[in-house]
Amino acid sequence: MIEHLPILQILVPMLTAPLCVLSRRPLVSWGLALTATWFALATSIQLLIRVLAEGTQSYELGGWPPPWGIELRIDLVNVFVLLIVTAISSVVLTAAPRSLEKEISSDRHYLFYAAYLLCMTGLLGMTATGDAFNVFVFLEISSLSSYILISLGPTRRALHSAFQYLVMGTLGGTFVLLGVGMLYMVTGTLNIVDMGARLGDLGPNRTVLVALAVIVVGTSIKMALFPLHAWLPNAYTYAPALVTAFLAATATKVAYYMLVKFVFRVFGVELAFTALRLDAVLMPVAILAMFIASTVAIYQSDVKRILAYSSLAQIGYMVLGLSLASVTGLTGGIVHLFNHAIMKSALFLALACVVLRIGSTQLNDMRGLGRRMPLTAAAFVGAGLGLIGVPMTAGFVSKWFLVLAALESGYWPVAVLILLSSLLAVIYIWRVIEVMYFQPPPDDAAKLTEAPWSMLGPTWVLVGATFYFGISTSLTVGVASQAADLLVNGAAP
Amino acid sequence: MVLLAFLVAITWAIIQLRDLFAAVMLTGIFSLISACLFMVMDAVDVAFTEAAVGAGISTILMLRTLALTEGRSDPRYNRLELGPLAVVVAIGAVLIYGTFDMPRFGDPNAPIHTHMVPRFLEQSSEIGIPNIVTSILGSYRGYDTFGETTVVFTAAIGVFLLLSDLRRGRRVDDALRDDIILRIGAKAPIPFIMVFALYVQFHGDYGPGGGFQAGVIFAAAIVLYTLVFGLAKAEKIFRRRRLELLVAGGVLLYGAVGVVSMLFGGNFLDYNVLAHDPVHGQHYGILLIELGVGITVAAVMVSLFFLFARRQQV
Amino acid sequence: MDVGLYNYWAVIVLMMTGLYVVISRSNLIKKLIGLNVFQVSVIMFYISIGKVKGGTAPILEEGFEVYSNPVPHVLMLTAIVVGVATLALALALVVRLHGAYGTIEEDEIAEIDTRETNALESNAREIGAPMS
Repeated sequence: MIEHLPILQILVPMLTAPLCVLSRRPLVSWGLALTATWFALATSIQLLIRVLAEGTQSYELGGWPPPWGIELRIDLVNVFVLLIVTAISSVVLTAAPRSLEKEISSDRHYLFYAAYLLCMTGLLGMTATGDAFNVFVFLEISSLSSYILISLGPTRRALHSAFQYLVMGTLGGTFVLLGVGMLYMVTGTLNIVDMGARLGDLGPNRTVLVALAVIVVGTSIKMALFPLHAWLPNAYTYAPALVTAFLAATATKVAYYMLVKFVFRVFGVELAFTALRLDAVLMPVAILAMFIASTVAIYQSDVKRILAYSSLAQIGYMVLGLSLASVTGLTGGIVHLFNHAIMKSALFLALACVVLRIGSTQLNDMRGLGRRMPLTAAAFVGAGLGLIGVPMTAGFVSKWFLVLAALESGYWPVAVLILLSSLLAVIYIWRVIEVMYFQPPPDDAAKLTEAPWSMLGPTWVLVGATFYFGISTSLTVGVASQAADLLVNGAAP
Repeated sequence: MVLLAFLVAITWAIIQLRDLFAAVMLTGIFSLISACLFMVMDAVDVAFTEAAVGAGISTILMLRTLALTEGRSDPRYNRLELGPLAVVVAIGAVLIYGTFDMPRFGDPNAPIHTHMVPRFLEQSSEIGIPNIVTSILGSYRGYDTFGETTVVFTAAIGVFLLLSDLRRGRRVDDALRDDIILRIGAKAPIPFIMVFALYVQFHGDYGPGGGFQAGVIFAAAIVLYTLVFGLAKAEKIFRRRRLELLVAGGVLLYGAVGVVSMLFGGNFLDYNVLAHDPVHGQHYGILLIELGVGITVAAVMVSLFFLFARRQQV
Repeated sequence: MDVGLYNYWAVIVLMMTGLYVVISRSNLIKKLIGLNVFQVSVIMFYISIGKVKGGTAPILEEGFEVYSNPVPHVLMLTAIVVGVATLALALALVVRLHGAYGTIEEDEIAEIDTRETNALESNAREIGAPMS
């Protein structure tokens, strides 16, 4: 069975989703879904071990060799993404039942779990596949299910956000489809490795340039890169708290990986950066994203929204790492993908606890929360420190690599800008801390109990991970630097 | 070329129209003309699907949505917008710039015709099905098709979640109850449509067709039944629970074929191992997965119709 | 008939018209129609690249030598299905939006949203933070 690992981790959540529909009972379907996600996590750990030991794993679906059949291709880069997606999905889902009770009526929970699993399936499928068109199919599975998940938010604005995201997301997906079509047209293949090899022989031409542009635009919409980010703040703010914790840590990350895959695997460093100068576009955009989004975050009055804008800024950091096109830069980008996923879902899970108890994430309603819900507030502070990039936290590690990479490439102003934008993060996180610890609770406030352990537990696991990966970097940096080396120097084992 | 020009004209008309009913009908016509174009370009399966889906399902769903919401768009918002216009002109220019290095239309020496295709055309020894589209869809790229079925399944879950929980609503127009001639007239074709659906389902190996198209046609028969006998009666036969069972069952059947082939020692969806003779195995495999697709699609389409039909204007 | 690149150009014009409808119209149904046009034109692009001059439909039969490329057809069958799935979901959202806001004009919905946010913020200001 061991050789089937690549497909199993996609297949198990995929087939558990219809089982959830059949079971109908909220707790049974939660149990099923939980088993599937933890199974997928175990599988991806197993895969990581195998990839580290034996190199890239290829799995031919239907037994057809590529390029005729579809291939799953697990290398060091995407196994890392698979790991973070399955880990976050498992941890967030563990906290689900209590949080859902508050926001969604229980006769619909089984459908929620099915949609959640499908979303996860889509993300894993997109990450694992070695086929350019298959990316689109799984992209749409994850997109459709994320529209559904967002639309379940408690207010009517969730519907509007979901619709906006649907329109933007479909445009993004269709742009990717168009770009893949153009590449298919000039290479005659859909397999990513094959496509990369044939494009390398072909060299740059006008069609390839436009295909690159179209794919970059499409993926940028999906990962909400400035200025194509319009859907994200609303979607994150009005989705159910739990869904935000899940999507913020996974969906944009996988979209980022999709961009990495296309840029480095299909086009290659030579073509994308030397011939077509992709960095000249992406670097300024990334820096603008960092600054504008962080600045806007400072002025928000809803904590969920603050974090949503902060996510936009973090995507800027990741893209900056990519645009440097060096091993160190990409290491920074990939490590930040991993670390940011952990920190952000910890923050949003803490907010889910807040929503459970006070029913709001408005800054004003969170006054005095440090005394009313000490554990939740402390978790928020812990993960918030990581987000700022305080030493000994995971956020510090990834920013450190980004600064190093900028200096290495001779862009010292960029390094300064990274530090400056971190100051902005200090301001917006401090605003929340100030309100929680240094303002008295509202006069009419009822007595609050701390959030249940079923939710605090997962939150603290993630906060713990924030600190763990800030101190022990062998897993994150170790794997990511090898992965980056693989991408930049293209040494395929 | 003429047809393409038609399409552009239709789209511009849609921009200007305030009456949404007319706009939706034009969209249906747009799909039909597209289907003709696909036909001209030899894509018979695609044409079939576009006609069934674009002109059929989409139009019905859109019309029902209009009936539930509003029939007109507000003229205040119907002016020429210069910003978006500039954006699309710019993108269009970039795309046209990209066409200059493309292989010419219909060029038989273009890379896509020389790289992978020869094996597919020679595949009769591997799969043994005349319709190459079906053999690629079902076998070489069976995993894509599995994904596609899952997309349909996902959409069904979404619509269940969005539309089902709200007030049950009184029975909607119990259509043709009073008109005996229409009733008999409309009843007559139902069995034939169903038989045709089965034909499309199982004949996909030889002609255009397959699980998806068959599912849509089968659903059309049930929709007709509903129109004749009323929603109440139709829903008694196709209860929500049973539909959910079918929706999920189709996906599971598809997955099960893959899992069974794994148990027999092949890779996921490797049908060669399903029978002693690989070609037979391919036949069984494709037959079963197409059935899975057909079941899910038919059940989803019927569910969509019921869910939209049951809602009442708020 | 040698049409060179004109076919692609016409497809691009169509695609951009669809995109224009999506981003410029405020009516939700029209947005979806635009999205549909946009998708169909990408499908048409794929089918165009699959056409071989003098070819016939890719169903093997005696007496035919040249077949059009079947791969784009397969891909586009999938894309059409994805398109209709998205549309169904979008329409369900439109129905719910109409129920919740009483309009299907995006601009009006946005206006209602903004008013709500402002009310919430001024409300918060009125209660005020009792700075001790």
